[in-house]
Amino acid sequence: MDLDLTPFLLSFKLAGMTTLILFFIAVPMSWWLSQSRCRCKPFVEALVSLPIVLPPSVIGFYILVALSHNSPLGAFFEETFGITLVFNFTGLVIASVFYSFPFMVQPLQGGFESLNKNMLEASYIAGKSKLVTLIKVALPNIKPALLTAVIVTFAHTVGEFGVVLMVGGSIPGETKVASVAIYEFVETMNYGEAHIYSALMLAMSFTVLLGVYLFNQRYSRRFGVHT
Amino acid sequence: MIQIQITKTLSKSLKLEVDLNIAPHSFLAISGESGSGKTTLLRILAGLESAEGVINVSDDVWLNKQINLPPQKRHIGFVFQDYALFENMTVLENLLFVAPQKELANELLEMCDLTALKTRYPSTLSGGQKQRVALCRAMMRQPKILLLDEPLSALDPKMRTNLQHNILALHKRFKTTTIMVSHDPSEIYRLADRVVVLKDAKVVKDGSPKEVLLQTQGSHKFSIRGELLEIVQADLIYVGVVSIGQQIVEVVMDAQEADNFSVGETVYINTKAFSPSLSKITD
Repeated sequence: MDLDLTPFLLSFKLAGMTTLILFFIAVPMSWWLSQSRCRCKPFVEALVSLPIVLPPSVIGFYILVALSHNSPLGAFFEETFGITLVFNFTGLVIASVFYSFPFMVQPLQGGFESLNKNMLEASYIAGKSKLVTLIKVALPNIKPALLTAVIVTFAHTVGEFGVVLMVGGSIPGETKVASVAIYEFVETMNYGEAHIYSALMLAMSFTVLLGVYLFNQRYSRRFGVHT
Repeated sequence: MIQIQITKTLSKSLKLEVDLNIAPHSFLAISGESGSGKTTLLRILAGLESAEGVINVSDDVWLNKQINLPPQKRHIGFVFQDYALFENMTVLENLLFVAPQKELANELLEMCDLTALKTRYPSTLSGGQKQRVALCRAMMRQPKILLLDEPLSALDPKMRTNLQHNILALHKRFKTTTIMVSHDPSEIYRLADRVVVLKDAKVVKDGSPKEVLLQTQGSHKFSIRGELLEIVQADLIYVGVVSIGQQIVEVVMDAQEADNFSVGETVYINTKAFSPSLSKITD
């Protein structure tokens, strides 16, 4: 049997890009959430966490509506840049960024909140700006949370199904990621390939998670910090 | 001269009101019960909390109606009770993060006996070592004012004495104005040249450590505060059990006194008939 690895490569490409984009959005966002006493904070937090509770089909539907060429946004991109935002890889990345947002924000926010406030204040007193404090003091001291956020976001994007199917369809080599491919194998009663793909997914997911937890255990032993 | 005239509402019934002039290069201790606003005062000086009023440090305005300098611009050193070291940096890196001056860093580490530990991470140090690093880190800023928030309260007595020497040495070497929150009378007596006592967020006592701390009452020669733990009747007399510091002592009371006092009360033990004497501890 000739194993086509394209869906896997597509899954990892999607997860990698989503994680990278989310990192740069989520770090400032979670830093702000952890430091803010703004009254609007609960609203922002609720909004960020929505993808955890909403059915993927609902998110997929709204993204589809918002990005399709019938919407002002979709029309704008199509006319100005000649880019279509749905049923292609770009659309998948945009949808995944929304869908995986809380998985990046929440561990980071938790990490920032667990930092000793006095340590951050000591940095301000030393004359360092908030940005320098974030980069040189806050981020290096939440390494376990940082790793958890990155890995969970990556893994969650690899494991995504509903949103991808709705926004991307199942175009081979473009939007047909591993989870969608497995679904199609099962639908066409091709259990053999479904088994292989599923087992691969299972093994990879477990290995990645095990790696994260091993790292966190060693880190907390070495530095005596809580993860 | 450092001029502090500030007010801040702490709660509905509590308003911090402080009006102090502090001479340059002096060592001021702030004492008082917990909740009396000591730490808040320190944090206002550092710019970590807002307040209304005026703070002038020599010719610089730190706070008035228009200006409220952020902590970054105040040139202060701050030592926290819980050290607050940068856990991701070695001892030396903690110091150099504040200012990239290796000579100063090495001098400070030498003064505080930390040279051998300079490549260690904070999590591998003892409490006393961490607090010495925190002290050195605060001095790297070459602060106009050094603020110490109960810096020694988490340390054992022997370590405290060592650190008191370090604090005094640094205070003298860098000619800073030092303001320290402390509960410990012996510490205040040893280090400070002036004590301010806060109660309910107001200054209630202000003077030299000797004036403020020496406990005498009326014509008594000797007064010690303690907590009355128990009143026991023994034949015709009563015995009051009082805890003073870490010790328990007994005091004879008559029936009327036994009636007058209640268990749990804070009391003075007074004497004028005998002169107390010192003896060495031999265990």
